[in-house]
Amino acid sequence: MTVLLENAPIAAAAAVFLLGVAMVLRERHLFRTLMGLSLVESAVNLLLVAIGYRHGGASPIYTLQTEEAAEKMVLPTVQALTLTSIVIGLATTAMLLAFAVTLHRTRGTLDIDELRSLRG
Amino acid sequence: MKLRTVLSAVAVLLLAAFLAEMAGLVPFGDPPSPAMDEWFLARAQEETGANNVVTSIVFDYRGFDTLGEACVLFTAVLGVALALRKRDRQSEIAPPADEEEA
Amino acid sequence: MSKIVKTIAALLFPACLVFGAYVVLHGHLTPGGGFQGGAVMATAAALLLVAGIPLASKHEGRYHALEALGLGLFLFFAFVGLGAASGSFFFNALASHGFFGQAVAPGPNPGNLHTSGTIAWMNLAVGIEVLGGISVILYALREAARGEGDGKAEGDGK
Repeated sequence: MTVLLENAPIAAAAAVFLLGVAMVLRERHLFRTLMGLSLVESAVNLLLVAIGYRHGGASPIYTLQTEEAAEKMVLPTVQALTLTSIVIGLATTAMLLAFAVTLHRTRGTLDIDELRSLRG
Repeated sequence: MKLRTVLSAVAVLLLAAFLAEMAGLVPFGDPPSPAMDEWFLARAQEETGANNVVTSIVFDYRGFDTLGEACVLFTAVLGVALALRKRDRQSEIAPPADEEEA
Repeated sequence: MSKIVKTIAALLFPACLVFGAYVVLHGHLTPGGGFQGGAVMATAAALLLVAGIPLASKHEGRYHALEALGLGLFLFFAFVGLGAASGSFFFNALASHGFFGQAVAPGPNPGNLHTSGTIAWMNLAVGIEVLGGISVILYALREAARGEGDGKAEGDGK
């Protein structure tokens, strides 16, 4: 339990990830499945930023930074990767939404049970 | 319907157990191997001239990542435009053809 | 939308664009950069779209062009590195030439806009690309939602 409290942001990322997975597994409406996928993406971003944090670290930017803050900064590489991850998440979410719209046009529904029964 | 709920619950609980175990592996606030990042923090300013170390990594040290990212974004936008535009044109063409047949 | 919403949206539109441009241009000095600033500028397009200002729909084709232009510029500045002596792909060849070519003071400093060479130019290119890309996505989804509206009366799903 103390481990979870000390690693609260990582535990929060795990919780958000689990919520997203549960939504993907349980929800019957395709739109909500996509919302679950975005939750999983957010969890990954949160985990990446949390991994790079150092206690008392300043943001890795030298503009108007104090000398002692410049001595200890949080890790920048994971933040750069998070940036990449956010943009790719945006792109995939947009693609999935477009496919959902296409599906709704051709089949008239986004309920996965109905979609399954309409097949064949 | 019932089976799906039970299976999802089992899957989520299993994942939760794994994640609870893993949460203790990486200590928060004390990254285990920051050597590469220290290198970037120490040299980014003189090597790239940017005050923002994150930006200098995104556009300079890891420029290829960003190139791929930009290409993914470009492709996704093209895909969205295509997936939504094509249907428009079909639905515009389709109804008059149906009327003529009828 | 009502006239109040449209007026306020038209007032906020240039402010959104200017703030996005600020975030893009100062990407190498302050938190932000091409992606974030481009997203802020695309918010301005979304503002017009949500408020239902018809001017927005006319420029949809131009956003496609903006997106392609942004990616092209980004690639161009990546290839600029090949031109320098002992340079390579993505080499920061403009760090001491051109508009963003001044040397940066090491350590914490007040920040000089004219530093960082290709990074600032790439921020600009990516900002243009993201502005175009997100606007295209928004307009495509809006058009799709409009098509759904008159076709099927029984709301989409739940």
